[in-house]
Amino acid sequence: MQRSVLAALTAGIVLSTASVAVAEPLRVGMIVTLSGPPAALGQQAVDGFQLALEENGGQLGGVETELLVEDTEFKPEVAQTKVRALIERDGAEIIVGTIFSNMLAAIFKPVIDSDTILISPNAGPSVFAGANCHPNFFAVSYQNDQNHEVLGRYAEDQGFESVFLLAPNYQAGKDSLAGFKRHYTGNIADEVYTPLGHQDFSAELARIAAASPDALFTFMPGGMGVRLVRQFRQAGLADRMVFLSAFTVDETTLPAQGADALGFFGGGAWAPDFDNEQSQAFVAAFEGAYGYIPGVYAAFGYDGAMLIDSAVRSVDGNVEDTQALSAAIEAAEFTSLRGDFTFGSNNFPVQDFYLLEVVEREDGKFHTSIVERVFEDYADVYATECSME
Amino acid sequence: MSTALLVVQVLNGLQLGLLLFLIAAGLTLVFGIMGCINLAHGVQYMIGAYLAVQFYAWTEHFGLTILLALATALLLGLLLEIVVFRRLYERDHLDQVLATFGIILFVNEAVKVIWGPVPLSLPAPELLSGSFVLMDGLLYPTYRLAILAAGLLVALLLWLVVMRTRVGMRLRAGATHPQIVSALGVDIGRLFMLVFAFGAMLAGFAGALAAPILSVEPGMGDNLLIVAFVVIIIGGIGSIKGAFFAALLVGLVDTLGRSLATDVLKLAFAPATANQIGPALASMLIYILMAAILWVRPTGLFGARTS
Repeated sequence: MQRSVLAALTAGIVLSTASVAVAEPLRVGMIVTLSGPPAALGQQAVDGFQLALEENGGQLGGVETELLVEDTEFKPEVAQTKVRALIERDGAEIIVGTIFSNMLAAIFKPVIDSDTILISPNAGPSVFAGANCHPNFFAVSYQNDQNHEVLGRYAEDQGFESVFLLAPNYQAGKDSLAGFKRHYTGNIADEVYTPLGHQDFSAELARIAAASPDALFTFMPGGMGVRLVRQFRQAGLADRMVFLSAFTVDETTLPAQGADALGFFGGGAWAPDFDNEQSQAFVAAFEGAYGYIPGVYAAFGYDGAMLIDSAVRSVDGNVEDTQALSAAIEAAEFTSLRGDFTFGSNNFPVQDFYLLEVVEREDGKFHTSIVERVFEDYADVYATECSME
Repeated sequence: MSTALLVVQVLNGLQLGLLLFLIAAGLTLVFGIMGCINLAHGVQYMIGAYLAVQFYAWTEHFGLTILLALATALLLGLLLEIVVFRRLYERDHLDQVLATFGIILFVNEAVKVIWGPVPLSLPAPELLSGSFVLMDGLLYPTYRLAILAAGLLVALLLWLVVMRTRVGMRLRAGATHPQIVSALGVDIGRLFMLVFAFGAMLAGFAGALAAPILSVEPGMGDNLLIVAFVVIIIGGIGSIKGAFFAALLVGLVDTLGRSLATDVLKLAFAPATANQIGPALASMLIYILMAAILWVRPTGLFGARTS
């Protein structure tokens, strides 16, 4: 009697562990910046990912998926602590992050060292595209420079004789202007750096007016872009030169910039009016769910989820084998909002880039719109430095 | 640099200076008269801007918006004084810094919860939405002139209040001899409360005025706060007159520095080097100015207390 009870119990335990193993959910840890002024970008990425998850009935690749979201608070040490907690405490099998390059630099080593897959929904700094690339790291977005290169290429193609360059005085600002100059060979009217978080651009605008260039190229993310665009318009410069920019007029800043940004140019790999079925369906569903027009951050958050979906399906939910999973991600057998999607040798996308222009929709909302293709199947310049070892 | 550009930059510098003055005036009173370090002053500037955005959405009238924003900023200032600051006057500076830093974190997050993290904007009033040609190809928005005028007007009013009225006399007396003023039957607690709320209102006014040319976002006052402290230290803590002249000085040095530093360095260095050093030097200029002035006058330009 006693023995049979014991046997039954043992059988029960074995059975229940087995069934737990089957029902074990996939844990995706998402780490983005959700506090401070740049929170809007991170929120878009989370909303985009969440939407994909909901459309798939809470599953990715046929496996029940739990999304764990953490905030970097825009501090490298916080990002590190939280990503460790996601992996060690919560058992996240895949990490999706970050928005900002300096945050990615902070979490890269702890994630890669723990043999976990890392997918960036936005940040694509040159270090991880080149010499420090890794088989377990993927950028579903772009290499940062490419957005700036679009405008440089366009300025070159248009034959602009002189361009005025304006950027904040930090590494990303300098990288931006370097990216622009990679394809633009014309005259640089002047190169001006402002403090990060700059408030009043009137001094710089006076210099731009005095230089009277064909175009301004600028990189002013977030609130800086809002202020620059409004003040540029108020100073009457919009009627006298072309406004070229990267990360300055997008769906996170346009609600505040409104008509002041009308006709201004940006560059990127996707815009809300991207002409394919899945992209249009995505924008409609996203607006329905969250009440605002999605920008690239949301689109790439969505793509990140769909990429994971395809990879987990192809390894039959067996995510423990990191090598197989990373090979499945590299295959990228999913339908991106950008249409065809392939990874280059450094696990960064090889994709088309477009000139984007700010337009007003019929309902009075503003968004970026694709004007023309500037680069076709464009891989970043750092890919050749990547050996994947 | 052409004369026209120089004139434009001087005008830009004055405008920045007057905006700084509106923020620094309240800060210098609270710091000078009550001896209280108020790091949350920048937050009060931000609140002014958000209130303006909110009231404009409700009333769609700019003048009414400013009035409502002023009144609400004043009330919030009173509330903050009663709930928090009243308990801090007797404590040392470290406690004040900790408590007011806590207020910064709290209000910045609260603003994000209420209005969201995305930058907001406020249109300039219809009446002042025009602009005029300042130099070849550069328009100067009329609204910026209105900021200049408002700053000057507030400076004049403050001077009249502090130097020509009974309240002003008590303020000046309270700053130097609080015990005696108290012994003479003046309610120092009430005086402090009024000063604090008034300072909060001025900061809110600056925020509301700046909203149409800047962007309204969480943390927008944090950078300005540091510059405002530089202003009141250069001007002499507690001195409205000092704050006025120091604000103009800082505004001019910062603006002209940013437009000239790189060009001046290009005379001595290669353009690439000048582009590297120039912006860094330009952002340091106001701090160098502060150090230089403190070297010559340790109490600031118009510092009253020498003891």
